[in-house]
Amino acid sequence: MSAHTQPSGISGNGLVKWIDSRLPVFTYLQKEYGEFPAPRNFNYWWNFGAILTFMLVLMIFTGIFLAMQYTPHVDMAFNSVERIMRDVNYGWLLRYMHANGATFFFIAVYIHIFRGLYYGSYKNPRELLWIFGVVILVLMMASAFTGYVLPWGQMSFWGATVITNLFSAVPLIGDAIVTWLWGGFAVDNPTLNRFFSLHFLLPFVIFAVVALHVIALHITGSNNPLGIDPKGPQDTIPFHPYYTAKDSFGLAIWITLFAAVVFFAPNFFGEPENYLRANPLQTPAEIVPEWYFLPYFAILRSVDFDLWFIDAKLGGVIAMFGSILILFIVPWLDRSKVRSARFRPIYKWFFWILLLDCIMLGFVGGHAPNAQVFEGVKGLLFIDLGHVGTAWYFFHFLILLPVLGMIEKPKPLPTSITESVLGGGNAPTGAAAKPMEKA
Amino acid sequence: MDIAKKFSRAAAVMALAGMALIGVNTNAIAAGDAKKPEAQDWDFTGLTGRFDIASIQRGLQVYIEVCSSCHSLDQVAYRNLLDLGFNVDEVKAIAEQYEVTDGPDENGDMFDRSARPSDRFVAPFPNEQAARASNNGAFPPDLSLTAKAHPGGPDYIYAILTGFEDEPPEEDHIEMGEGMSYNPYFAGKQIAMAQPLFEDSVEYSDGTKATVEQMSKDVTNFLQWTAEPEMEDRKRIGWKVVLFLLVLSALLYAAKRQTWAKLH
Repeated sequence: MSAHTQPSGISGNGLVKWIDSRLPVFTYLQKEYGEFPAPRNFNYWWNFGAILTFMLVLMIFTGIFLAMQYTPHVDMAFNSVERIMRDVNYGWLLRYMHANGATFFFIAVYIHIFRGLYYGSYKNPRELLWIFGVVILVLMMASAFTGYVLPWGQMSFWGATVITNLFSAVPLIGDAIVTWLWGGFAVDNPTLNRFFSLHFLLPFVIFAVVALHVIALHITGSNNPLGIDPKGPQDTIPFHPYYTAKDSFGLAIWITLFAAVVFFAPNFFGEPENYLRANPLQTPAEIVPEWYFLPYFAILRSVDFDLWFIDAKLGGVIAMFGSILILFIVPWLDRSKVRSARFRPIYKWFFWILLLDCIMLGFVGGHAPNAQVFEGVKGLLFIDLGHVGTAWYFFHFLILLPVLGMIEKPKPLPTSITESVLGGGNAPTGAAAKPMEKA
Repeated sequence: MDIAKKFSRAAAVMALAGMALIGVNTNAIAAGDAKKPEAQDWDFTGLTGRFDIASIQRGLQVYIEVCSSCHSLDQVAYRNLLDLGFNVDEVKAIAEQYEVTDGPDENGDMFDRSARPSDRFVAPFPNEQAARASNNGAFPPDLSLTAKAHPGGPDYIYAILTGFEDEPPEEDHIEMGEGMSYNPYFAGKQIAMAQPLFEDSVEYSDGTKATVEQMSKDVTNFLQWTAEPEMEDRKRIGWKVVLFLLVLSALLYAAKRQTWAKLH
């Protein structure tokens, strides 16, 4: 008869069937998380999608309960956070989970991104999936930044001042933008209020984009460590129970690490000075952002020279935002058709160099630019490392990626996932006997 | 192709500019910053660290008799002292030594009353200006969170309290400011606080000898407690949570192995 009375394919009791024939949520779950055919060869780097979903939900839940106790007013914010820590039942647990949750969220998202870079998960047909991912990263950064301001400690205040001031580098309208962002002529109560509002809003926007990310993933299907498409049902396994089981184990390990930090070193990743109440009249000796922003901070400070009509400040801001925005076009910068770095002998090396470069930039971001890198080695300052690291970062994406795609000779690809998984040895025997063309 | 060229040119310029700046940029850094505090042996550190309650109680006495004449302790309420083993009457007695302004009453007037356990530690000065006026222009910071507001917090507190020297050493070339004291552990090496603790500044009721080191250790233990009163609960629960999660992980690993065994 008509569509809504079609017998649903779902097994279950009458109520489940009744709902499912009207709104097929159970069919959807069954299809997308039950039967969803996933390549059979995921390694543990593919756990981070599930881990990130968990972190997002954890952040939203702890955040909502924190917001019930928090007061977004410059005179009360700092104390209200301490009330949460001291007087709210298990408030310290809520806050430490939320603060360290941000750290673990970023660790997971960086692993997830580098996983994508290594295995070429951004390539045709997953460009849009990747772009949604970068949008999520940008939103996460905005959430983290606005959230860090809320405790109204010294680093909250001065971090907010420094970062919002970046917009004053915009020619002509820069100062007006900054005043508009602040809601006044300094970081003050209106700023705190709007940051709280945005910090509450953004996670739900993230949630929506995550939904798009997942939908896009389920259209194209997952990439896999070999980077070759499944050739048939023999190459895939249903998501449940195989990957639900694998993800559960990985997630449990992740939560164990998270719990260890929350309970035994909850301030390890934090900046001690943020336990001093914000004081607009006293600038801290050094203003440093949270660790997950340090590489970008290093790039910002590394542009300390004028370039044509662009002064150093604007140049730094362009470089910093550019370092994130560049990720949007990675699918088109990388000209290689081969996805997985396993079969890209040259790219593989540059991947690891890029990773080391980002770690080095993080290290640079945490130190004063004019400080010596090694005691006793005169002349090598952190700003020097920052220059090299920043130049390399852009060199990697803008030059290496396109050029490598043209000159690199990839290794022969295995003929199928199943053969590679079940066939003996590392060398794909079939491929060796009958060399594949570049797929 | 065109775009790629433009990109490569821009990147090359950036790379060259970066390279050119290496070796040129050699500003000397300011030497002679504050001395790094030596690491002390504390009971509260580590995975099983506990508070030394006796020491914290003595530290409370040092705070009340010495520190509290200048430093506030805004985040701590008298009732919190129940966690240190004081009973309700003792806490009431401690609170009652202080006066707070309350009100307005039914006539609309503010009035003074003695503090109650529910009040927070009464600050020595009504506001920052009053504190500065009494302290040669310097503002004695609130001590509630000091132990975690400095890198290496407790060691830092101990180093400051025991680190006072009469005269700056020659090689430091420090011109001491009016009313300042030399302390190599403080940023800039001079501090507006005069040496607060001397031998027998307090008389401990438990017979412990009140040396400067002993009092510094006790008050540091106390301030670690004011900064992280939840620490013992946190670590105790942490053990249970982590052990539970390890067992859960092991079970989930076994479940995963069994599930996947069907595949191979």
